[in-house]
Amino acid sequence: MQRYLRHFRYVMGENPVTVFAFALFTFIIFLAAFGPWITPYDPVATNAANTLQPPSWEHLFGTDHLGRDVLSRVIAATRLDLGIAISAVALSFFVGSALGCSAGFWGGWTDRIVGRLSDTIMAFPLFVLAMGIVAALGNTVENIIYATAIINLPFYARVARAETSVRRNAGYVYAARLSGSGDVRILATQVFPNILPPMMVQISLNMGWAILNAAGLSFIGLGVRPPDAEWGIMVAEGANYIVSGEWWLTIFPGAALKLAVSCFNLLGDGLRDLVDPLRRT
Amino acid sequence: MVPSPFLDIKGLSVEFRTRNGVVRAIENVNLELAKGEVLGIVGESGSGKSVTAYTVIGLLDDAGAPAAGSATFDGISVTDADESTLRDLRGREISMIFQNPRAALNPIRRVGQQIEDVLLCHGRATRQTARIKAIEMLEKVKIVEPEMRYSSYPFELSGGMCQRVMIAIALACDPRLLIADEPTTGLDVTTQKATMDLVRDLTQERNMAVVLITHDLGMAAAYCDRIVVMEKGVVVETAPVAELFSNPQHTYTKKLIAGSPGPHSTLAELAPETPTPTGATVPPGPSAKLPERGMRGGENILEVFNLVKEFPIQQTAGRHWPWRKASQPDRSFRAVDDISFSLKRGESLGLVGESGCGKSTTSSIITRLMDPTSGDIIFDGRNITAFRAQTFAQRPERKEIQMVFQDPTDSLNPRYSAYDSIAEPLKRLTGLRDRGLIRENVEALAERVGLPEALLSRFPHQLSGGQKARVGIARAIAVNPKLLILDEPTSALDVSVQALVLQLLDRLKHELGMSYMFVSHDLNVVRLLCERVVVMNRGKIVEQGAADEILRSPSDPYTQALVAAVPHFEPQSQNRPNAAN
Amino acid sequence: MKTTKLIQVGRRLAQALPSVFGVIVISFVLTRALPGDPAVYFAGDMADKDSIEQVRRALGLDRSWVEQFVIYVGNLANGDWGMSLSTGRPVTEELLNRLPASLELTLIGLGLAIAVAVPLGVMAATRQNSWVDHLCRLLVTAGVSLPTFFTGLLLVYVFYYLLGWSPSPLGRLDILYLPPPQVTGFYTIDSLFAGDRETFIASVVQLILPAATLALFALAPIARMTRAAMLGALASDFVRTARANGLSRRVVLSTYAFRNAALPVLTTLGMVFSFLLGANVLVERVFSWPGIGSFAIEALVASDYAAVQGFVLAMALLFVCVNLAIDIILTLTDPRVGLDD
Repeated sequence: MQRYLRHFRYVMGENPVTVFAFALFTFIIFLAAFGPWITPYDPVATNAANTLQPPSWEHLFGTDHLGRDVLSRVIAATRLDLGIAISAVALSFFVGSALGCSAGFWGGWTDRIVGRLSDTIMAFPLFVLAMGIVAALGNTVENIIYATAIINLPFYARVARAETSVRRNAGYVYAARLSGSGDVRILATQVFPNILPPMMVQISLNMGWAILNAAGLSFIGLGVRPPDAEWGIMVAEGANYIVSGEWWLTIFPGAALKLAVSCFNLLGDGLRDLVDPLRRT
Repeated sequence: MVPSPFLDIKGLSVEFRTRNGVVRAIENVNLELAKGEVLGIVGESGSGKSVTAYTVIGLLDDAGAPAAGSATFDGISVTDADESTLRDLRGREISMIFQNPRAALNPIRRVGQQIEDVLLCHGRATRQTARIKAIEMLEKVKIVEPEMRYSSYPFELSGGMCQRVMIAIALACDPRLLIADEPTTGLDVTTQKATMDLVRDLTQERNMAVVLITHDLGMAAAYCDRIVVMEKGVVVETAPVAELFSNPQHTYTKKLIAGSPGPHSTLAELAPETPTPTGATVPPGPSAKLPERGMRGGENILEVFNLVKEFPIQQTAGRHWPWRKASQPDRSFRAVDDISFSLKRGESLGLVGESGCGKSTTSSIITRLMDPTSGDIIFDGRNITAFRAQTFAQRPERKEIQMVFQDPTDSLNPRYSAYDSIAEPLKRLTGLRDRGLIRENVEALAERVGLPEALLSRFPHQLSGGQKARVGIARAIAVNPKLLILDEPTSALDVSVQALVLQLLDRLKHELGMSYMFVSHDLNVVRLLCERVVVMNRGKIVEQGAADEILRSPSDPYTQALVAAVPHFEPQSQNRPNAAN
Repeated sequence: MKTTKLIQVGRRLAQALPSVFGVIVISFVLTRALPGDPAVYFAGDMADKDSIEQVRRALGLDRSWVEQFVIYVGNLANGDWGMSLSTGRPVTEELLNRLPASLELTLIGLGLAIAVAVPLGVMAATRQNSWVDHLCRLLVTAGVSLPTFFTGLLLVYVFYYLLGWSPSPLGRLDILYLPPPQVTGFYTIDSLFAGDRETFIASVVQLILPAATLALFALAPIARMTRAAMLGALASDFVRTARANGLSRRVVLSTYAFRNAALPVLTTLGMVFSFLLGANVLVERVFSWPGIGSFAIEALVASDYAAVQGFVLAMALLFVCVNLAIDIILTLTDPRVGLDD
C-alpha cells in the first residue's frame, strides 16, 4: 500500500495535466453522488413567469424555456449521464474482456466466433447501430445502456484479445506451466494482471465516448424523456433557441459535456502511467 | 612526413539530454584511423561504441550533441559541419551499415530502387543508367540472379541477403570510409562469416577504411588491424590485434579477453578474478555427488527414441471451406526428423545447431511444453510422452524437469517481484503453504545463486541482465529437479556476465547433482560445460559424441563448416596482409 | 506479380461477403426484436385487423425463423424494404432520394478534414515541439472530446447569430433558389453541369457550416494518426538508413517516411468514416439537412420501424463498401499484404 501511495505522488508530480484531470474527475463524481442535494433549485420545477432569463446572480446559468434553472439541471444531469456511461462501460468491459481473453489465449474456434461477433458489430457505423437497437428494443434508459454496451463490446474484446495473444507465448507463461499451473490459472494470475494497464486506458477513453454516445442518442430523442435532466436532451431543447440568441440553454450543458469527456480522456493517459509497472521507480 | 589520419577523433565527448538531466555518453575519446585500415571498436552494451560512430556520421539522436572535442574526416570537421555538408558526405564518402538488416530497409520499396535512390541522390547515375548500376551492385555483393532480385521487397529476402543489399547501398557511391555497427547480430554463424568475408573483400578491393563496431572480440580479432576497447563511455585501450591479445594492459581488456571463450579456454579461465564459493575450481565432468534419489532406469536419466515433430503449413485461401478438404492434403514441415539420443545421470549434454535446426523444438518437447508427433521420451525409467503436454503440469514428474530460458526479461512476469517468481514453483509444486518456510527457501535459493537478498523485492525492470538470469536459475532449481534444460541461457547477456553465469551453472550442477541439457548455437560455450554434444541440422542429428573431440576434429562436413565459422583470435596467422600501408 | 494482386483483390471481395451476411442477420434480428407483435409495428397505428394480418403473412411471421429469414433476404434483394408509414412510399425510394444530400455533406466534410489534418500531422511530426506541433496536439485533445451536435450549434451561434456571416441553417439551398436539374444529386456538381454559377455558390455557402462541423469532428483522429504514423516512420530503422546514405530531406520525407506512414492513416480513415456516418445524423438534425439522417430521426419519432431499420441496413452496407474500397486500395499499394494469407 505504501508503495502505491509513493508511486501515486511521483506520477502526480511528473504530470500536472493528470493532476488536473484527476481533480476534475473527483469533482464530477462528487456532483454525481451529491447532485440532488446541492442544486440551488429543483431541476424540474417550472416557472412560467421566469422563462428564458439570461445568466444572472440568481440563476448563474440562466433559465430555460420552461423557467427551470439551467445550473441545477446541469448538475442533476451529471448523475444520469455518468450513471448511464458507467453501467454501459462496466457491462462492456466484463463481457468483452472475458470473450477477448478466451479468444486470445485459446485461439481456434473461440477466437473465430468472438472475431466474427466483433467484426459483425463493427461492420455497422456504431452510432447508427445504437439507434437501431434502441428503436428495436424500446425507447427507455435501460436500452440506451444495453445499446451502448453492445457497440462498445468489440473494443474491449479486440484489445483483450490482442494483449492476451501477445503474452500467450511469453517466457513467463511457459515458466508458469513448468511451475505446475494450469491454463485457467495462468490466464487469471499471470496474463490478466499484465493486460490491465492497456485495458484501463481503454476504459477511461471509452467512458468519454460512452457519454458522448448517450448524449447523442438523447439529442435525437431516444432514451431520456422530458422532464428528466440530461446534457444531450438539454442541448436539444436549447437548439431551437440558439438561433435567436438565447445561448445559455445550449452552451452550458454542452460545455459540461465536453468537460466531462475531456476529463476522462486525460485521465486515461494518467491511469496508464499509474498502473504500468514499467514506470515504477 | 606522417600523413594526418584519415579519421581523427580528438577528445570527443558527447552528452545526451534526458529526463534525469544531462548524461555523458562518451568522454574524451581519442581515435585515429588511417586510409584503408580496419579498426575494431569493441565493448559491451553501454560502452559508447555506437555513439562514437553515430557522431562521426552526424546521426545522433536529437537529444544528443558533442559537448567537447572534435572529429575530423579527411580534414573536414564533422562535429562542426552543417546538415547539408553532412548529407553530402553521407553515402558518398562515409557510409554505414546497421544491425537488423531487414528492419533497416524500406519495407514497401523494391531493393533495387533503394540502391538507385542513393545513386541518383549523389549524382552517380542518371535515370537511364541507374537500374543497370543497381543490378551491378547486387552482383558485386554476390546476390544470385540480380536482375530478378532487383524487384524484390525486403520481406522476400533472408536476413543475410538483406544485409548484402544494405552493403550494396552503402558501397554504391564508392565511399572511402565504412562504419559497420554490429552488422552480424541476429544472423546465423555461417551467414555471419559469409557477410564479414564479403565486407572484407569489397573494402580491401577499394582500399576503404572500415570501422567495425562489435561486442564480439573474436570477430574483431579476425577482421581488424587494430582494436579500440571501450568501457562505460571511455576508451580503455588501443592496440594492434596481436599486441592486444598477447599483452593486454587494462584490467577490463583482460576481463573481456578471458570472458570470450575460444577453442582452448577453460571454465576457470573465464572469470579469473571471481573466487568460487567453495574456493576450489572444479573441472567439468559428471557430478561427483549424486544424492540418494530413486535411481530407476539405470544409468541413463533421459532417453529419446525416434522423436518426430511436424508442423502443418497453413493452407492459404479456402482453408475453412468444406469442399476443398479432399483434394489438397495439408503439407507439413518436419522440425524434428526422427532423432534419438540419451543423457547419462549427472552428465551435461550439449544440443547444438543454427537457428531453425530443431533444437529449441526438441527441448520444448523434452520439457513437455509441447507434444511430439511421434516418438518416445523415457525419463528416469518412465515414458513421459504417454502424458499429454496439457496435463503434464499436474503430474509429479513436472518438478523433476525444469528449464532455464534464453531471454531473462521475457521469462519473468513483469508484475511479479523476484521473490514472487522464485516462490511460484515452490507454492505450486511442493504444496508448501507456510509463508515463513517459503521465505526461508527462497532466501536460501537466492544465496545459492549469488543473488543479494535485498534484490528479492525488486521487479524485473529494476534488475540487470545478470541478476535476472540468476532469478531465472533460482526459480528453475527451486524444486530440486533432476534434469535441467538450459535454452541458450547466456546468449542475451554481456560477455563478462556470461562468464559468471556459466561458472555458477557449473557449480550448481555439482552441488545439486543435476543432469544438464544445454541448448546453444555457441560452440565454445557448449564445449566449456558439456561432456557430450549432439549436433543438429534441419531436424536431423548429424553427429554426436564427446564434446572435445567433435569440436576439435569434427567428421561431418556440416559440423566442420560450423566450427570453422566461429570467429576467434589466431595468434599465429595474419589474416590481413600489409594492412598498415 | 500482377495476377497475385488480382487474386488478393478477389480474396478481399470474398472476405467482405461474411460481413454483408452478418449485417443482414443482425438487421433481421433487430426487426424481430421489437417487444410484442412485429406485425402491429409494421402495419402502423392506423391499421385494422385485416391489414395487420396481411403484413403478418407477407413477413412470414407464422413460419419458422429460417423461413422468415429467407423471405427477409429475398425481399431485400428484390428492393422491397418495406413501406414508410410517415410518407407512404417505399423505404428504398425514400433512402435513394435522400442519399445524395448526405453523401455530398459527408464527402465534403471528410475531404476538408483530410486536407487540413494530414498536412498538419506531417508538419507536427517533422517539426517536433514547434508551435505547429503544439497546435496539432491541442486540436487533437480538444477534438476527440467534442460532441458534434454541440460544435454545430456553437458554429451556428457564432457565425450566424453573432457575426452574420453564414446563411440560416435551414437546409441545402436558400428558398430563393431552385435545385439544379438532377444528374448526380449533388447540388454542387449538378449546378456546375448546368452552368449555373449562382446556384453553385448558394449551395456551397449552405454547405460550409455543416461540412465544417463534420470536418472538425474527423480532424482529430486523422491528425493524431498522421502525426503518430509519421513519428513512427521517422524513428524507424529504414529512415535512419536512408539518412545515413545521404538521401535528400525531400526524398526521405516523401518516399521513405510518408509513403510508409500513409498506410496506417488509410486504415484509420475507415474507422473515421464509421464515426462520420453517425455524426452525420446529428449534423443533419442541427442544420435541417434533408438527408437520410433526418429521415431516420423523423421515422424514429413517428415509430416508423421499417424506415428506421432500412436506414440502419443502408448505412451498414454503405460502410461495408467503404471498408472494402479501403481494403482494396491497401492491397494494391502495400506489397506486404497477403503475407499471412
